[in-house]
Amino acid sequence: MTAEVEETIKRIQSQKGVQGIIIVNAEGIPIKSTLDNSSTVQYAGNVHQLLMKARGMVRDIDPQNDLTFLRVRSKKNEIMIAPGVKTI
Amino acid sequence: MEIVYVYTKKRSEFGRQCNFSDRPAELHVDILPDISLAANFTVRDPCNVTVQCAEEMSEHEVNTERFESESRGINHVEGGWPKDLNPEDMEVTIRYRKKVEKDEHYQNTIMQIAGLMEHCCKQNNATDIYQEFFEEEDDEVVEESEEQPSAKTINVFRDPNEVKRTATSLCWHPDGNHKLAVAYSSLEFQRAPNDMSFDSYIWDIENPNKPEMTLKPVSPLVCLEYNPKDSHILVGGSYNGQIAYWDTRKGSQPAEMSTIEHSHRDPVYKVIWLQSKTGTDIFSASTDGQVLWWDIRKMSEPFERLVLDPSKKGNLDNALGAVSLEFETTMPTKFMVGTEQGLVVSCNRKAKTPAEKIVCTYSGHHGPIYALQRNPFFPKNFLTVADWTARIWSEDIKESSIMWTKYHMAHLLDGCWSPVRPSVFFTVKMDGTLDVWDILFKQNDPTLSLKVCDEALCSIRVQDNGRFLGCGSQLGTTTLLEVSAGLCTLQKNEKAMVSEMFERETKREKILEARHREMRLKERSRSEQSREDEGKEADGEESTEELVARAEREFFDIMEAEKKKEWNEERQREKEKGVCEEKDFQEEHETNGVSSFTRREISL
Repeated sequence: MTAEVEETIKRIQSQKGVQGIIIVNAEGIPIKSTLDNSSTVQYAGNVHQLLMKARGMVRDIDPQNDLTFLRVRSKKNEIMIAPGVKTI
Repeated sequence: MEIVYVYTKKRSEFGRQCNFSDRPAELHVDILPDISLAANFTVRDPCNVTVQCAEEMSEHEVNTERFESESRGINHVEGGWPKDLNPEDMEVTIRYRKKVEKDEHYQNTIMQIAGLMEHCCKQNNATDIYQEFFEEEDDEVVEESEEQPSAKTINVFRDPNEVKRTATSLCWHPDGNHKLAVAYSSLEFQRAPNDMSFDSYIWDIENPNKPEMTLKPVSPLVCLEYNPKDSHILVGGSYNGQIAYWDTRKGSQPAEMSTIEHSHRDPVYKVIWLQSKTGTDIFSASTDGQVLWWDIRKMSEPFERLVLDPSKKGNLDNALGAVSLEFETTMPTKFMVGTEQGLVVSCNRKAKTPAEKIVCTYSGHHGPIYALQRNPFFPKNFLTVADWTARIWSEDIKESSIMWTKYHMAHLLDGCWSPVRPSVFFTVKMDGTLDVWDILFKQNDPTLSLKVCDEALCSIRVQDNGRFLGCGSQLGTTTLLEVSAGLCTLQKNEKAMVSEMFERETKREKILEARHREMRLKERSRSEQSREDEGKEADGEESTEELVARAEREFFDIMEAEKKKEWNEERQREKEKGVCEEKDFQEEHETNGVSSFTRREISL
């Protein structure tokens, strides 16, 4: 299983235009990262809040709805955030 | 004053309880109404009382308990580490991380999210979905010419008099453009009815019911102009040849009029204000063949006079009648006169002798030139409106106009350029239609043709902003029209394109003119040569007559030579052989035959 995970991560990383990957757990700890520590910490901290806000907004408008993906496009690059699926 | 009620009481009775007892009512004071006091009051009838059938509302204010809120932020540095873990400690963190990675739930989730992420990455790579497609096109200006040109009537000003006169001339107020001065007269020769009023009016364009001001001249006004420097002064040329000027602050009567002896002998068709330091100079033109210069402060006689005699001799009998004048303030020494005979005469004001005043003439029209105006953007080109066409001329080409409209079914009676667009001009016709021409768009037909009224339209004037125009008709109805925005906004490149077009046409005409001149020169030289002696054979071409004459001469010479030879031979034969009559006769015959042959040749 771990190997598969590793492989998947590598595959994404090798896609054209991908600068780095960060995996953050529910507590906000960056588990895996291909970027340097300081950037990782920055991204991890900010992303969590943004994700909460976005998810909250989507569910506010339609409680049945849920956030599947979030793209933040900026002048220089794009940050793609996939929220983990919450298993009950 | 203190109101005091004194009563006495025994000391022993102090402190006793009060016993109240009833007693009947007593009338203490009765104030009867005093009738005399009623005189101070008046009965109010009706009384105004307001009643409202509405819900009665009252306003209340409530202040809730204070709720204090505060904005706080959290700086998330490195979060979520379990209590016992020290984030700084590398080993511990790595160990923790590894533990999480082994968690199955973690792995499943990652697999799921990874799939999603990959999909989006691939999407991104496939097409740039955020690409700017219409970047370049936003910069281009959407062509405004898609909008259909149109004009609509805003107001109609009718001649308030019963007997309707023609609105012969209009002039817009120089500042603000809220007023329009219209000159009314009847131009039909001796057909003016006796009770026709002489008045001309100044209209406020907002109020078509009543003219703002009336001008009362001695004779009906044919043309009227505001002083561009002083908007209270108007000058008018009247039917009997006099010039008069008005000051609108002073009233309806003319402030001063020119003397009959020194005025024109025919109706004054056009008056224009000149550019001068005092701002009081005008010049006027009339069909009597004179152009007169006046100073309005001294109207007793003109300070200068020009007789439009094309032979430059100042002979009034030969003079051409002037129907229109043109003067451009940017070129103060030149002016142009349009004549009844269809010629445009260009004149120089500063010439010393009257003969030099007339510089050149432009011919090409068949009838009187009713309108003459230089293009406000290209003063070297001017528009003339006459007979059934409107023509555009270039100053340099004197033989013909550079551009012209087709011959219409009705006479064109007036025209003018648009002051904002160099390629647009307006003309009015005798059948009551107004044509708007845009020479960049279409040269053969007007861009817009509107039927304004059933009677002939005699005059047109565009306001300085190019948006409004007024046209006057034969029955005195002045119509105020507004043209669409496309016709009064300058298009991009318009000036360049119009100037190119004018140059191109001017060049074409110049080439044609040069060719004409060459051809004429050739013909002239040819006819001169054939009249001269034959010794000029060495010179270039010889005419056919010359050649024929030469051929004849040569032939005769040869015949003469032959004849002489025959003669000599004959005499020799006579001498040698003796006279044989038959032979002689034969020979004579021969000679005669030869000479008769010769004669026959001559007759050929």
